[in-house]
Amino acid sequence: MIRELEQYRVVAPKGTIDFLQRLSDLVQGKRFLHINTVRYGGGMAEILRRLVPVMKAMGVEARWEVIAGTQEFSDVTRRIADGLQGRPETITDDMYQIYLDVSARNAKALDLAADLVFVHDPQPAALVDYRKGGKWVWRCHLDAGQPHRPVWTQFRRHVLKYDAAVFSLPEFAQRLPIPKFLIYPSIDPLTEKNRELTRAEIGEVLDRFGIAKRRPMLLQVARFDRFKDQLGAIRAYRMAKKHHDCQLVFAGGGVLHDPEGEAVLAEVQEAAGNDPDIHILQLPPEADREINALQRAASIVIQKASKEGFGVAVSEAMWKGKPVIGGTAGGVSAQIVDEATGFIVHSVEGAAFRIRYLLTNPSVMTRMGAMAKEHVRRNFLITRHLSDYLTMLKLLCPD
Amino acid sequence: MATINTETAFRFIGCSEVQEILGKQAEDERQLAELLEEVPLDSIYFHTHSFFLRHRFIERTYPNDFADWVDEQVRDHVLAERLSVVDPFDYKSLDALREELISIIDDHLSTLVTVPRAGFGTPFYFNRSRILEVPTGLEARTLREFRDAISDVDVSAIYYHVFEAHLRLQREENDFSAWIRGSLKLPELADRMQALNPYLGSLERLRSSLLTMCDDYLMKSGQASGAETR
Repeated sequence: MIRELEQYRVVAPKGTIDFLQRLSDLVQGKRFLHINTVRYGGGMAEILRRLVPVMKAMGVEARWEVIAGTQEFSDVTRRIADGLQGRPETITDDMYQIYLDVSARNAKALDLAADLVFVHDPQPAALVDYRKGGKWVWRCHLDAGQPHRPVWTQFRRHVLKYDAAVFSLPEFAQRLPIPKFLIYPSIDPLTEKNRELTRAEIGEVLDRFGIAKRRPMLLQVARFDRFKDQLGAIRAYRMAKKHHDCQLVFAGGGVLHDPEGEAVLAEVQEAAGNDPDIHILQLPPEADREINALQRAASIVIQKASKEGFGVAVSEAMWKGKPVIGGTAGGVSAQIVDEATGFIVHSVEGAAFRIRYLLTNPSVMTRMGAMAKEHVRRNFLITRHLSDYLTMLKLLCPD
Repeated sequence: MATINTETAFRFIGCSEVQEILGKQAEDERQLAELLEEVPLDSIYFHTHSFFLRHRFIERTYPNDFADWVDEQVRDHVLAERLSVVDPFDYKSLDALREELISIIDDHLSTLVTVPRAGFGTPFYFNRSRILEVPTGLEARTLREFRDAISDVDVSAIYYHVFEAHLRLQREENDFSAWIRGSLKLPELADRMQALNPYLGSLERLRSSLLTMCDDYLMKSGQASGAETR
């Protein structure tokens, strides 16, 4: 029995844990190296922190290396990441040289020998220039579907040295002469952000933020960013509010040192006016339990951004048995099964109509929430992610 | 009869799928037909057969990605309905299935003045499957053992022995009905399992139907709820 894997038996679909054990039999002793930039912070690091120990316990020689860099390196890689996501960025030859130099230093310091090397995102991508064998896969977590061309052209030469690339959605990928795979992100149901909470724990969070417990709550979890369309959510709430005594809660990251975020927050506060039923919460990155409690307390979760990455917050809410009303941007529509686990909408009015419909029909809300949880159980849990990784290890590195 | 203990154990094999992005996308129905002509057969497989591996629990309105896309993104309900009745089990090969899909789209387009397109919807992205077979370690020698394994096994094994078997063996019989007929010598039960149409439901519903069939048979044989001799 593999203890690290067994803890997921209570949350995974029937047969999954035994299946994963058998799958791991096919890749015993294979060396699987992950490389990224941070140990903590961000969904990818959260998942790796769980997956790597589980894979090791299953008999895979899994390792996780983190590259070291300078402030200048961070600045350049932020520009590269923004450029890959379509923001017009200028990267001079000198800047790019910093990227290459730091990559070279990391290549010397790290043990890059493995059967399969998964390099996450653009920051460590140039390490491929120093590959020593094994298969190398570039895991792009960004939406690189419409990059700023000069940045992509410069960066692409590294990607071409990989054996394959992995994207979170087909539309996030660029044309490449190497195989491209699709792996959806996942959530870990046992972390602080997703674990079961007691009624008292949820109540404590609601009390702390002054949110009424017995009235329907609409929730949007997103940073304050124009693309997240908090103003649209307020308009939809106001249309629904004429018919239902509900509350609207925004839970977003703090906007300190982020002028654009500050501007959006100010606009949202102005639009909310003195409505006591609109709660605007700025939460620190470590506020996992608070987010968990708010999602569990919500009646309906709204994720109607106009531009979105994969948007794994949708799966987090669905895992808590909540129907999600979402837009078509990014991965939101890949997670919602329209009219089964929630609704995909195309306008503020569409969101308002679906909010009213669900609040009028609580039994539908309950049924959709239950379906949403089962859908996530089978498609967006870390156990599915583990299966994807082990399968890729076997297919790309056969005996 | 249900107590028959066969020498030939049924070995359950599951499967895991990796999805490969082909980088080809259709914005309208004509492009859909054109790309259907040129994509590898693994892609036809991905969007029809292994559709069920990705929708294990929630049943979609239509049973393949093509009908789903035409319905949800293009909003051409007539073509969606025509594509939805294409039952991959009626075709011995993926080539034949491809021909039928193209023929339906071409015929539909010949009746229209303009080509319906996704418009505000998302394009159709062609992918393909890479399937890895994974022995589950579960075996059955009696109908009772078979029933219990069906209940516990990862649902991908049901996919493998029903959907995959159809293409692998190029015959109408699935692995379950073949074993029950050939090894347990229970032709009546085998006929019922063979008649199951897996394209009208989810894998979990299929699991449920298989369990009901086994339970019915065991009940009739007076050996329900563990009374069966080992």
